[in-house]
Amino acid sequence: MTIVRSMLAFDMPPALTRDDAARIAALAQLDLSDDELDTLARQLGDILAYAEQVQQIDTTGVAPTASIVTRHAVDRRDELQPSLDRDTALANAPDPALGAGLFKVPRVIG
Amino acid sequence: MTVREIRDAIRSGERSAAEICRETLARIDAVNPLLNAFNTVAAERALARADAIDRDRDRHRGAPLAGVPMAIKDNICTSGLRTTASSRILEHFVPPYDATAVSRLEAAGAVVVGKTNCDEFAMGSSNETSAFGPVRNPWALDRSPGGTSGGSAAAVAAGLAPCALGSDTGGSVRQPSSLCGVVGLKPTYGRVSRYGLIAHGSSLDQIGPIARRARDVAIVLGVVAGADACDSTSAPEPVPDYEAALTGDVRGVRVGVPRALVEQGVDPDVASATTAALDVLQARGAAIVDVDLPHARYATPVYYLVSTAEASSNLARYDGVRYGFRATGADLRAMYGQTRGRGFGAEVKRRIMLGTYVLSAGYYDAYYLKAQQVRTLILRDYDRAFERVDVVAMPTSPVPAFKLGEKIADPLQMYLVDVFTVSANLTGLPAISVPCGFTPGPPRLPIGLQLTGRRFDEAMLLRLADAYERDTEWSTPLPPIPSR
Repeated sequence: MTIVRSMLAFDMPPALTRDDAARIAALAQLDLSDDELDTLARQLGDILAYAEQVQQIDTTGVAPTASIVTRHAVDRRDELQPSLDRDTALANAPDPALGAGLFKVPRVIG
Repeated sequence: MTVREIRDAIRSGERSAAEICRETLARIDAVNPLLNAFNTVAAERALARADAIDRDRDRHRGAPLAGVPMAIKDNICTSGLRTTASSRILEHFVPPYDATAVSRLEAAGAVVVGKTNCDEFAMGSSNETSAFGPVRNPWALDRSPGGTSGGSAAAVAAGLAPCALGSDTGGSVRQPSSLCGVVGLKPTYGRVSRYGLIAHGSSLDQIGPIARRARDVAIVLGVVAGADACDSTSAPEPVPDYEAALTGDVRGVRVGVPRALVEQGVDPDVASATTAALDVLQARGAAIVDVDLPHARYATPVYYLVSTAEASSNLARYDGVRYGFRATGADLRAMYGQTRGRGFGAEVKRRIMLGTYVLSAGYYDAYYLKAQQVRTLILRDYDRAFERVDVVAMPTSPVPAFKLGEKIADPLQMYLVDVFTVSANLTGLPAISVPCGFTPGPPRLPIGLQLTGRRFDEAMLLRLADAYERDTEWSTPLPPIPSR
């Protein structure tokens, strides 16, 4: 069965172009094909149009909720604790420099 | 066998942990090829662990999970055991540490038998976004087990493990539990440590148990719950004896029903099964009361704005530098972009894009901030309801298990199946899904009732679920899957 979309306010999708999608993809460090960008522009437009319904709600003076945490008891003494040794921490790296204890990456500065 | 039966049999010496472990592994071997519920089966590790428990039986005599086989969702880290989040980008990732929930299970005598398939990075509602193929619903192999903890729910439903851990960001423990006919609990935010759970939406994520009986869920919750120095959002509230709460007595318990919310868009079989379930609770002495949650209908759009924003930030860490897949690129930025473009699947990329958009300059106030304000209004609705009632009841999913392929092409249609589950994550409230019937069929498909409770009142949810089970038989049958 199809869940009724009519129970949801539906405005025209905010037109999202391939260029818009490419701009977002660059911010997110995602290399995407032109096909992917076209599909995502359309799908994100649909989802945002659906999400437009939250704009109709009066939230004047309502504080935002970012997190549901009652109390904090997070301080601890500033003491050394056991942690991963360097080789273990490097074990999953695609290109580790084990002897030097470094993660290697492609050249950054010309 | 249930968790309690296995534990008691091993404690008394009637069965050995190794025997139980071998039977479980044999069942996985026979049935998993049909279901694809496991990404990794840890046979050798499990047998070694079971042997160790048998050798040291005295020390495990009081262990709450002595020798109990346990399946762990593949987005929960297990030291030395591959943990992929069902993503290509972590296909070969072997964590150097255990999630706190896993180390607590093992300290209580549990035997990890494998890592269960799920939607990629726990993003999806059908288990179809897994890079390793969908899990199949044991009640109808051409249908989805739900998501994202589809492998955990299917494994428990098909008897491949008496209990599993899942994780729940928007319904990912409860919805697959509903679609597979098992019991699944999302605890209060902060009840179970998130340390070692691969982050999706950090203000929403909780690890939760899935089992065939409310009592088994209570036993496992008692083991994994509690404060943890490794998770600053874990709660210091004392952990009660959840098993002791299962008294069968629900007299005077007030069950709220948000009729305006559930009167539209619910499959008729689901609607009648959940109504009948409320009649059972009423006959046991609970009072059924109408409640109004006027903003709950906005929970789905609010959830997809908040969760994708959090996900886009959390998934920034997958950059091909410290772990995981790396693509080659001429320079660092090209390497990042190629790694992420090729390493992530379509749904994960869609959510990173949406989250990046709603957090970006010019859109933050209109989408992300607005969603957080409506989140406050949803929270207030529940606070008001809990002044009058002890729990809120509704279907877990508006539909029973749908066919694989039916919704995957339309992301928005898929998001809409989360309509009843996302509120518990936005509000941090505990919620449980309990089997409450089947569609007439064929195929007969399980239906789940969802109960949402007050903060840290998992005991009330478990008491109601257990009492309901005493009057019904929905959790008993195994699905009619052919064995190889």
